[in-house]
Amino acid sequence: MADTITVSVSRYRPEQESEPTFQDYEVPLRDDWAVLDAINHIKDTIDGTLSHRWSCRMGVCGSCGMMVNGEPTLTCAAFLSQYAPGPIRIEPLRYFPVIRDLVVDITSFMTKLKKVKPWIVREEEKPLSEGEYRQSPDELDAYKKYSMCINCLLCYSACPVIGLEPSFIGPAAIALAQRYNMDSRDEGAAERLSILSQDDGMWQCTFVGECSEVCPKDVDPAGAIQRYKLTGAANWFKTILPWASK
Amino acid sequence: MTIEARYTLYHPKWYRRPVSVWWWLSSWRYMKFVLRELTSLPVAIFSLLTLWQVRSLANGPEAYARFETWMSSPLALALNVVIFVAVLFHTQTWFLAAPKAMEVRLSGKRVPDLLIIVSNYIGWGVVSAVVAWFWLGR
Repeated sequence: MADTITVSVSRYRPEQESEPTFQDYEVPLRDDWAVLDAINHIKDTIDGTLSHRWSCRMGVCGSCGMMVNGEPTLTCAAFLSQYAPGPIRIEPLRYFPVIRDLVVDITSFMTKLKKVKPWIVREEEKPLSEGEYRQSPDELDAYKKYSMCINCLLCYSACPVIGLEPSFIGPAAIALAQRYNMDSRDEGAAERLSILSQDDGMWQCTFVGECSEVCPKDVDPAGAIQRYKLTGAANWFKTILPWASK
Repeated sequence: MTIEARYTLYHPKWYRRPVSVWWWLSSWRYMKFVLRELTSLPVAIFSLLTLWQVRSLANGPEAYARFETWMSSPLALALNVVIFVAVLFHTQTWFLAAPKAMEVRLSGKRVPDLLIIVSNYIGWGVVSAVVAWFWLGR
C-alpha cells in the first residue's frame, strides 16, 4: 500500500476567486485515520489557510459533513484507507451556499428546523407535585430512531428536491417533527401537521430515498416523511367525510 | 489598483453551485428514481387500455373484436411488453416502499421491514395465481 494519498480539496476564497477551484495535497495514508484526520493534517501542517468545520471527531456533533468523492459523508466516520489509492475529492456539502473552502452557510436549515417546533409542545404542563412524565420502553422506541439525528445535513445534500426547490423544508426537519409527534408527552402534532402540509412541507418530497441512504445515524428521514404523508392524507380524508365536524 | 473584495465582514460572498438539468445522470441511484417516476407513464397507458377494453366490452361483440384485433397487432404487442416490464419495475418499487410508509406494530413490537415486503410479494403471488387459474381454466 502506498504511504501517501492525494486529497483534492475544493477551495473557495471569495476575496481571490469567483468560483471554487481544487487544490491537491499529499497526506500520509494511515490505517487509523479518518478523512477528517487527513483534512486536519492539511490544516495543521501543510496549509493553514484551509477552512473547514469539525468538532467532536466521533459522529456526535454533526459538524464535519462534506462531499467525499461526490457522496455526502460524515468525514470523521469514513476511513481514509477505504478511498485508497485515491485521489479523494473533498467538496463542501452540496446545495448549500459556500462561505469559504469547505464551510457552508446553514442558516436556511436553522430557519426550517425552527418552523417544525422541534420541542415538546404541551397544552398545559402538569404540576411538579404530580412527578415526571413517564414513558414505557415501547413509547420510547416509537420515536427513538428519529431522535438520533445530529443535524449533520448530509440528507439535505443527498436530496435533489433541496437542490431544485431550496424552500423545501427537508428531510432532517421533517424527521425531527416526527420525533416529537411520536413522543407520548407531546401534544403538538396537529400544529406541526398544519405547518408541514403547506407548499414547502412534506408533499414536496418525491421519495428519492437518498436521505436515508446517507444518514450516518440510521434516522431514516425518507421513512419519516412517507409516514407523515400517510398521516396527512388520512387527516384530509377525515375532513371530507360527510359526518366530519366542519 | 487594489483587488476589490467580493465580501465584507458579516456579509459573505456566497458561492452557489447551479443545479444542472442533468443532475439525475450523476448517479445510478438518482437514475433509478427517475426511471421509477417515468414508469408511471406506462402504468397510466395501461389503465387507459383497460378502460378502452371495458368500453369495447360494453359496446358489444363487434367492438370487442375490433379491440382484440388491435391488441394482437405487432405494435400493440410491443407496447404491452414495454408496459409489462415497466409495471413490474413500478410494482416492485411500491413493495420496497411499503415498510417505509407504514410502521406496523404487533403487541408493541415493530414488524421487520423484510416481513412486510415479503407479505406483499406473497399477496401478489396469490392474486396472480387466482387470475391465472381463471385464465387457464376458461
